[in-house]
Amino acid sequence: MTHDTGRSEWRNFRGENWKNRVDVRDFIQKNDSPYDGTAAFLAGPTQRTKSLWDKLSLLLTEERKKGVLDISTVKPSSIVAHDAGYIDQDNEIIVGLQTDAPLKRAIMPNGGLRMVKAGLDAYGYAMDPKVDEIWTKYRKSHNQGVFDVYSPDILAARKAGIITGLPDAYGRGRIIGDYRRVALYGTDFLREYKKREFQELDDAVFDEKTMRLREDLSEQYRALDELRQMAAKYGFDISKPAASAKEAIQWTYFGYLAAVKEQNGAAMSLGRISTFLDIYVERDLHDGTLTETQVQEMIDDLVIKLRIVRFLRTPDYDALFSGDPTWVTESIGGVGEDGRSLVTKSSFRFLHTLYNLGPAPEPNLTVLWSTKLPRAFKDFAAKVSIDTSSIQYENDDLMRPLWGDDYGIACCVSAMRIGKQMQFFGARANLAKALLYAINGGVDEKSGAKVAKGFEPIVSDVLDYDEVCEKLDKMMDWLAKTYVKALNAIHYMHDKYAYERIEMALHDRDILRTMACGIAGLSVAADSLSAIKHAKVSVIRNDQGLAVDYKIEGSYPAYGNNDDSADSITVALASKFMEKIKAQPYFYRESMPTQSILTITSNVVYGKKTGNTPDGRRAGTPFAPGANPMYGRDAKGFIAAGASVAKIPYSCSLDGISWTASATPDSLGHSAEERRANLVNCLDGFSTANGFHVNVNVLNRETLVDAMEHPELYPQLTIRVSGYAVNFVKLTREQQMDVISRTFYSRM
Amino acid sequence: MDDGKDLVGYLHSVETGAAVDGPGMRFVYFMSGCPFRCQYCHNPDTWKAGSGRKVTLREALDEILPYCKFLKTAGGVTISGGEPLVQATFVGELFRRLKRTFRLHTALDTQGFLHESVPDEWFEPVDLVLLDIKHSDPDKHLALTGKPLQPTLDFAKRLARLKKKMWIRYVLVPGLTDDDGDISRLADFVAGLGDSVERVEVLPFHQLGAFKWKELGLGYTLENTPAPTIEQAERARTLFRDKGLTVF
Repeated sequence: MTHDTGRSEWRNFRGENWKNRVDVRDFIQKNDSPYDGTAAFLAGPTQRTKSLWDKLSLLLTEERKKGVLDISTVKPSSIVAHDAGYIDQDNEIIVGLQTDAPLKRAIMPNGGLRMVKAGLDAYGYAMDPKVDEIWTKYRKSHNQGVFDVYSPDILAARKAGIITGLPDAYGRGRIIGDYRRVALYGTDFLREYKKREFQELDDAVFDEKTMRLREDLSEQYRALDELRQMAAKYGFDISKPAASAKEAIQWTYFGYLAAVKEQNGAAMSLGRISTFLDIYVERDLHDGTLTETQVQEMIDDLVIKLRIVRFLRTPDYDALFSGDPTWVTESIGGVGEDGRSLVTKSSFRFLHTLYNLGPAPEPNLTVLWSTKLPRAFKDFAAKVSIDTSSIQYENDDLMRPLWGDDYGIACCVSAMRIGKQMQFFGARANLAKALLYAINGGVDEKSGAKVAKGFEPIVSDVLDYDEVCEKLDKMMDWLAKTYVKALNAIHYMHDKYAYERIEMALHDRDILRTMACGIAGLSVAADSLSAIKHAKVSVIRNDQGLAVDYKIEGSYPAYGNNDDSADSITVALASKFMEKIKAQPYFYRESMPTQSILTITSNVVYGKKTGNTPDGRRAGTPFAPGANPMYGRDAKGFIAAGASVAKIPYSCSLDGISWTASATPDSLGHSAEERRANLVNCLDGFSTANGFHVNVNVLNRETLVDAMEHPELYPQLTIRVSGYAVNFVKLTREQQMDVISRTFYSRM
Repeated sequence: MDDGKDLVGYLHSVETGAAVDGPGMRFVYFMSGCPFRCQYCHNPDTWKAGSGRKVTLREALDEILPYCKFLKTAGGVTISGGEPLVQATFVGELFRRLKRTFRLHTALDTQGFLHESVPDEWFEPVDLVLLDIKHSDPDKHLALTGKPLQPTLDFAKRLARLKKKMWIRYVLVPGLTDDDGDISRLADFVAGLGDSVERVEVLPFHQLGAFKWKELGLGYTLENTPAPTIEQAERARTLFRDKGLTVF
């Protein structure tokens, strides 16, 4: 390499390894300043921050009214397609927008022209004829590619909703570029590094794998130069490393910005930047070139930018995912492999933006919780949770042994080593529906269509547990097979037609890929089996002989009460489906199969598409989100519910297990101090029990009801649902009702 | 030690995540049976003695077993109801086991009416008593609960004599228990109990239990009673604070 390890941008930084090769983790480990003090040092918002946020708030209000504020229809997005854009140029510290104006959405037809068209139609914009011509006549999209190979069983499963949310019409997302590399190294160094990785393959056998990799590397090399050009439009030369905290924040953000200009992935997560940036901040504070107020102002400004990342999507998509989520997930805290805390003052500063700017769903602030985190940080995080309901917790003590101490969360619960690992996002299969298919021999209970071929229905009037299990086992074989076929097709085509050039440029060449499958309806399926096993469940059939309803006599133990007779069924179901997935013969690009138990807010839509179930759930009733027990069936309070959820082994769900817990403030303790202490103890307890993830909502039911009636009074009311946060007022009415009816733990 | 092995009790339900029934996070046993008929009761489904789930001592202890480690650092266990003293023998033995075997912080949530049925030793394994005093005026107490006030006041003094820690709980119901004079009288009495009283909790009445009255076919008289406003609750708390008490 041709760089100079004594370069001025790196002055006072310790360590050598990271100077010679791309190794951000090494840089962090050698230079971070763990902080175990309190939040007392934090600075409030400056007048500048407040006026910028106020200015943006007006635009956000207008956007809420119109659905979208504006669309850039004639320039298909790329890293360099748009000129520089500003909210208020003179008053911005960190700059850069996806298009040339705030909240103006870009079109990204590489994912699928159909999605673009539907998005434009929905908001009254016309498709530009030239764009239409290019992506119809000359350029194929990911979406077209996928449908060129889909088989009839995949199409039928997709239509029936037994497999849904597949990223076959839009960007798959869930890839985290290591945006910190841009700040630490600058684009010249990174390009050199890519070139060397490319040259190492000059003499390799030119098989399909090598050629694809070489083409990828060439694209990455080009994208890095486009990134440099993009920054130049804003007047910055990022070919060199960042030399100050301000530049480090700006360079890092430029890396991320390029990604969201190029891709409209379902989740476009940020990674784990706060402690990295803290190193630059500490250096400048030490040099006396920055004050705490200025530091917070820069982080507030960055967070403002992250809050307005937007993609053009359809109302259908929004209904599925609730509003406009982008999953700009930032992972905060955690503990190092050497046992030192990775909490720095900047971990506090990121959480503090929720006070300086008010609560918000994005960025999706995720605390990597460890029982070994400094007490003062635990207290602060709990306080922020109680005050804003805007953060989620994931168990660092569970993830660190697998992924080290420089992983980040993509989307909601998907852990990946940053810059060294990516996933092929696979949405989810509906296990509750699979159970109904087992009973009906593959015939859909709603449409009457034969979806899974080659199965016989159960004909007895009373369901026999062993018979149902046997048939379900076979149905899961079919489901896993159909599902993995679809995912292989999707990711093959996504790589081919909508490759994430800049995100992958900020990865190592040789990475771990996971095939991230998922399941929905776990608690419904498990409770149904428990009912069949422990009570008497009779089948009610319609004129065509299709089982459409169930009569339950007697009671059954339900998942969510820390009762092994029910929880073991849940665990067995999750483990079994993972086995069925693993048993598939091929995973695209040698990916490692994993699964998540996560529904996002699509638990409402899945419920809508699923008929009556043997647990007594009525057709159309929403599923519980993620791995949650069904509403109202967890009768022993949330510690028991959490204990049940924590039984699902992470080893069978390496893509994450999501639990959402909501409580009223009064039920958490009499005073702010008690509430904070209780929440900290609960989080420690859940972590110790190997619980993986928890969303914490601390809200009054009355507040939510009032917000439904008067949304204009609650523009920033944020709640957490299954792995991410949403603006409550952006939910559909159905989803709002779902959230309100969902278990609020408030013992009387 | 096998004593008490054959004891059975009647359990209405358990709650694993209570945070306002004693210090920290509590596991709560709700025992069945209560001699009071408080007009504002939010758990009338616990009134009937012998209702609920019949459990042996062993089974009751098994319920808490998975949470012991957590409860030891996060809080403890509270026995509530209904009125736990209705099943004093069972509850007394349960407390002894919870203390001796699991070494948990223990709290008894009671109105104290039946305290004379148990000897002083009964309270040894109890770390804290959450004493519910429903009213300070004997006539109004009788009207509100159907039982006299005096046993509860005697119990409070007994606990003070035993140097047992107490949290006094008072449910504030507009029109029923919110008279300044009544509250001040109670505050005087509580202040007179001395150091044993760690805090007073003023619990604002709510309507969340109303549906249970309907389900049970019972006549509910507080249908039109509003929850106290924040100001009303603060006013009541101030009346206690004025007597030098710690109030939540």
